[in-house]
Amino acid sequence: MWRRCLLTGMLVWLAATPASAFVAYVSNEKGNTVTVIDTDSWTVTKTIKVGQRPRGIEFSRDGKFVMVAVGDDDTIQVIDTKTQEIVDTLPSGPDPELFTQDAAGKTMYVANENDNTVTVIDLEKRARLGDIQVGVEPEGMTISPDGKILINTSETTNMAHFIDTTTRQIVGNVLVDSRPRFAQFKRDGSELWVSSEIGGTVSIIDPVKREVTGKITFEIPGLRNEAIQPVGIGMTKDGKTAFIALGPANRVAVVDGATHKVLKYLLVGQRVWHMDFTPDEKYLMVTNGVSNDVSVIDVAAQKVIKTIQVGELPWGITIAQP
Amino acid sequence: MFRWLIGTIALSMVATGALAADPVVIHIGYLGHAGIKSTLSLVEQPADNDGIAGARLAIEDNNTTGKFLNQRFALDEVKVKDSDDVAKVATDLAGHNDYIITDLPADALLRVADALRDRGTVLLNAGAIDDRLREQDCRGNVIHVAPTRSMLADALGQYLVWKQWKRWLLVTGSHDQDKLYADALRRAATRFGAKIVQERTFEDTGGARRTDSGVTLIQRQMPVFTQQAPAYDVLVAADESEVFANYLPYRTWDPRPVAGSAGLVPTSWDAAHDQWGAVQIQNRFVKLNMRRMTALDMQSWTAARMIGEATSRTNSGDPKKVIAFLKGKDFSIAAFKGTRLTLRDWNLQLRQPILLADGRMVVSVSPQEGFLHQVSELDTLGVDRPETKCKLQ
Repeated sequence: MWRRCLLTGMLVWLAATPASAFVAYVSNEKGNTVTVIDTDSWTVTKTIKVGQRPRGIEFSRDGKFVMVAVGDDDTIQVIDTKTQEIVDTLPSGPDPELFTQDAAGKTMYVANENDNTVTVIDLEKRARLGDIQVGVEPEGMTISPDGKILINTSETTNMAHFIDTTTRQIVGNVLVDSRPRFAQFKRDGSELWVSSEIGGTVSIIDPVKREVTGKITFEIPGLRNEAIQPVGIGMTKDGKTAFIALGPANRVAVVDGATHKVLKYLLVGQRVWHMDFTPDEKYLMVTNGVSNDVSVIDVAAQKVIKTIQVGELPWGITIAQP
Repeated sequence: MFRWLIGTIALSMVATGALAADPVVIHIGYLGHAGIKSTLSLVEQPADNDGIAGARLAIEDNNTTGKFLNQRFALDEVKVKDSDDVAKVATDLAGHNDYIITDLPADALLRVADALRDRGTVLLNAGAIDDRLREQDCRGNVIHVAPTRSMLADALGQYLVWKQWKRWLLVTGSHDQDKLYADALRRAATRFGAKIVQERTFEDTGGARRTDSGVTLIQRQMPVFTQQAPAYDVLVAADESEVFANYLPYRTWDPRPVAGSAGLVPTSWDAAHDQWGAVQIQNRFVKLNMRRMTALDMQSWTAARMIGEATSRTNSGDPKKVIAFLKGKDFSIAAFKGTRLTLRDWNLQLRQPILLADGRMVVSVSPQEGFLHQVSELDTLGVDRPETKCKLQ
């Protein structure tokens, strides 16, 4: 009773805070938890116990739920953002890692690492609609801005697969460098960026021609080449600036979206992995797996302004209105 | 000649692109040796398909990728007995395969390499760890996927030094390969600043590895064998012949850890390795083969994947192009070791991190932090370019 009062009180308090306050959910791969962070005070407000090996994490389009892939439990758990408790699970295939949703938030596509498949899920009915056979170890997932093409990257096949979202057939395959991890379209659909963890590059793909038109490479003085392993990508809505997490290089590269030139490297925590912007794009938060924290980057100033301790081995992050 | 003709036809098909329905077929041979070595531990007894099972998984992986590129991979498996003429068997195998993965002892491998030299067949050595194959006896048509003894010894040496276990009691078996491993361990001690406080030899006097009352005897034998040693931190055993090393842990006179051929073992792969996405290949392997993945399986998987990788990168069934890419500076392969693996251009040895495993867990992965190198930290393991005796021909 007393707890409920406190909770209600907290909710009222949250509602009363300025509009700039967002809430970030961080999946902690080893801790089997999700850390909730208030982006106004930059403090941890809750730690939610989830299933085993939480990785891919994303808000539902309506903001009511946060979905987190718990790979070792072979499912995706659904967290109610009001109560911040797990309320449901989704029928993903075995070992789900990353997933993406269509613009309407009706269909979800899940990469199942163990099965060489992408699973299609009806989010309203919470039912599995089917599977698409892709390359070995599917990982990165994204949808083109017009919703017509689903991209899946496969880590051992080293390809970005172009999948027609209507027919669910593969319509194109683009070879990229080793272990493609993450894929992201420019908001205008003109470019698809794919990071290759082991190859150490980000491929720029022309989505119409379906070929690699450029490659971003990284060079950090004093750091051996093999330690530079690009994973997460974040791009501003205007497509002008991109941020690329470089894994064990412990840095985020700031890249000019038009020229694809690296502008600078921001030192963050150890083994920087994935990232997300606050909806107003003022801040970018990146997960640092080995140092168990999240770095906050001021997007305009291109500076790291804060570090927040989270759970064990933070992996993914998603930010939205509370 | 005939094979060459097929190659030409396949090429012209790729060129016209008209017959997309017929995939380009890449034939890979696997040349292993019959007979399984007997191990002290029943758990470590290799399966009949040790090695080949890894190549089979890589063929599946290559084919999953190949279906998007209209390429198909086929594996042709042959095992030779000691009495067989290995050069002849290999020549027959080379008649219908452009690449051959080998799991052969050093001398047999050299015979095969020399027999196939003029045909241009490339061998991928998955089994032999002898340094001489990459040094004075190196061959231009042999790519080495297996790590060398010196790479394994250096990987262990770096960890022991990092751990500040710098005083080693070295116990060596009486067989040739044991002595070679001991040489590599001595070299590692010198390179990384460890001290071998004493050396002992464990004579192989013959006898069965398994007896019904074995433990009682061993329990008395091992403490006696290791007593009156000068102060040491770790016992390092060189026993590739599987005669005594696995009897040492928990039985030494002084309570000391064991490393080398038992205890903490340097290896290219371990069934417990789960970092860097390795769980995925471990799962795939168990699903396909109904057993766990060994180092030889991984070395064979990597060899077959290297061909798959080069074939997809060149988008070509032409072995000349594929081999040129494999030996070129753009080649690298991902193999669940947290970094890309590349070839040392001076002797065609695959650079790779080495796991240190205790039979249940992966304890560490070398190169260790702080062992620096101007080109690649992976070159802190094994014989480096300035020291090489290899002249590739």
